Amino acid sequence: MTLKNIAISNLRRRKARALFVLAGLLIGVSTVIGLISLVQEMKNDINHKLEMYGANILIVPKTENLSLTYGGLSLGGVSFDMTEIHQDELDKIKTIKNSANVAAVGPMVLGPVTLGDHRILMAGVDFRAAEILRPWWVLRGKIPVEENSVVLGADTSKVSGVKAGDRVKIQGRELLVTGVLEPTGSQDDGLVFAPLATAQSILRKQNRVSMAEVAALCTGCPIPEMVSQISEVLPSANVMAIQQVVKGRMETIGHFQNFSYGVSALVLLVGCLMVFVTMMGSVRERTVEIGIFRAMGFRKSHVIRIVLLEAGMISAAAGIMGYFVGLGATRALLPLFTEGHGHGAVSFDPVMAGSAFLASIILGITASLYPALMASRLDPNEALRAL
Amino acid sequence: MGYMNAENLIKQYGSGGATVTAVDGISFGIDTGEFVAIMGESGSGKSTLLSVLGGLNSPTSGRFSVDGVDIYALTSDERADFRKTSIGFVFQNFHLLPYLTLAENVMLPLAIVKMSKKEKLSAALDALARVGLQGKTARLPNQISGGEQERVAIARAIVNRPPIILADEPTGNLDTRTGAEIMKLLSALNHERITVIMVTHSNDYAHHARRLIRLSDGRIAGEEKAITQGGTVRGEG
Repeated sequence: MTLKNIAISNLRRRKARALFVLAGLLIGVSTVIGLISLVQEMKNDINHKLEMYGANILIVPKTENLSLTYGGLSLGGVSFDMTEIHQDELDKIKTIKNSANVAAVGPMVLGPVTLGDHRILMAGVDFRAAEILRPWWVLRGKIPVEENSVVLGADTSKVSGVKAGDRVKIQGRELLVTGVLEPTGSQDDGLVFAPLATAQSILRKQNRVSMAEVAALCTGCPIPEMVSQISEVLPSANVMAIQQVVKGRMETIGHFQNFSYGVSALVLLVGCLMVFVTMMGSVRERTVEIGIFRAMGFRKSHVIRIVLLEAGMISAAAGIMGYFVGLGATRALLPLFTEGHGHGAVSFDPVMAGSAFLASIILGITASLYPALMASRLDPNEALRAL
Repeated sequence: MGYMNAENLIKQYGSGGATVTAVDGISFGIDTGEFVAIMGESGSGKSTLLSVLGGLNSPTSGRFSVDGVDIYALTSDERADFRKTSIGFVFQNFHLLPYLTLAENVMLPLAIVKMSKKEKLSAALDALARVGLQGKTARLPNQISGGEQERVAIARAIVNRPPIILADEPTGNLDTRTGAEIMKLLSALNHERITVIMVTHSNDYAHHARRLIRLSDGRIAGEEKAITQGGTVRGEG
């Protein structure tokens, strides 16, 4: 017979109370685990799909000239005498610490050209990289595979009357229009896109690029850090994050995360209150029993230990069960929050399981501290009405 | 000076005009191995006095010492240790824990003693054998009679081998025959040099004691010493 045996025997006797405390903590722990896992998996899912969002880092030449805007973003210098980046320099991006997180690098050369009677902006791009950097493009026709071929923006096609399959003359060079973009709502609609080499040749900017777009995967790499890494290898360029995209994406998750933490705190508070109220009731119910213990020579600390041992054992069970219930709930709910493509199965995380176990014990014991103190402070003579 | 000494013990409840004096200036000494019965009407202060003697109820004033130690000068923990090592309580309503077997109930006082599990069980079985319940150790309290429950309560009181047993109306809930058996058991323990102090309202049971203290309104109204147990008594009060 030990204090632990007394605690276990009491839990067995008062099963309903024990189950009530267990349920309170279990709901709290599983909700927290469920929400944290859900937020984490949503983050993973969104990070995984970053390519779908296109470029999130821009590299533009350092310039003191007027700014050129593209898609609402500042691109650095403007017009004919703008400075450019040497195309070979972009290879240095492969050497940065987080190079594994670079999904695509899209060099772009820009320059004005004449198409018929219209002055338009020509963009030389790497069409393979563009598939990743501009996943929203819908092309009527084909991507240019040969050198002297171009793709027109929706507005360019409309204004010039040129359609897919037509041949156009730009700067005296005959080019095949392989496709026309569906309207994107961006400045892409007013451009003519040519393969990088073709555009460089037409614009007489061989081996030079006006800017480059980078699609970085955020998993394990904060965008600002990657911006700083790229800046180090390209000192002559301005490297900037497309803040709206990054911030907007993270803010959405951030709001949900804050909401989750708020709900978790509330559920845990309710769980703790359930433990507190139940343990207080249990102590009141056992007034005579505690009096007997005290009459037998149990110290106040012995009584506290019995109450806390009971709370600790229930909390430990709630911690373990709560983790697995939370994990199961996350697995069940994840497809609903990730539009049916839950990225990977939510797997057992020993750190989170350990944290849930410890947190549950700490919460259960904390909520039982006052009832335990109350029990220890019971006047043994008052508690033992028989004497 | 006896083994246990009460010096002008006063215990009051309440405050101001609502003060009730349960124990009013009681002094006596009890020697080792005495069997003392405390008698009195309901409300005479006998149970309050027993709780003070058991280290459970601080007197308002006065001094109570056991073996020269002022019990109420001790800290709460030290007083708990005193109860653990020196006092065995036998309660009128037995106060056995219904969810523990008889052996487990008897082992309760050993839960805070450093002993092996085997030693604790052995001590509990010895104590149960001592009160004649060796064959029922695995039963629950509700599976035995009232007299047997009282025996378990006595076994629990002696499992720690305390030098003092305090019994509050140990026969109060028992029939005459069972009550007599319990008294015999307490007498037998007393013969083993255990000091027994018993509160009772029954003259028949009181005369098993070697000394009888009568209380009235919180004061000692009389004291008697028995010449032979169960036999003639000589009034001294």
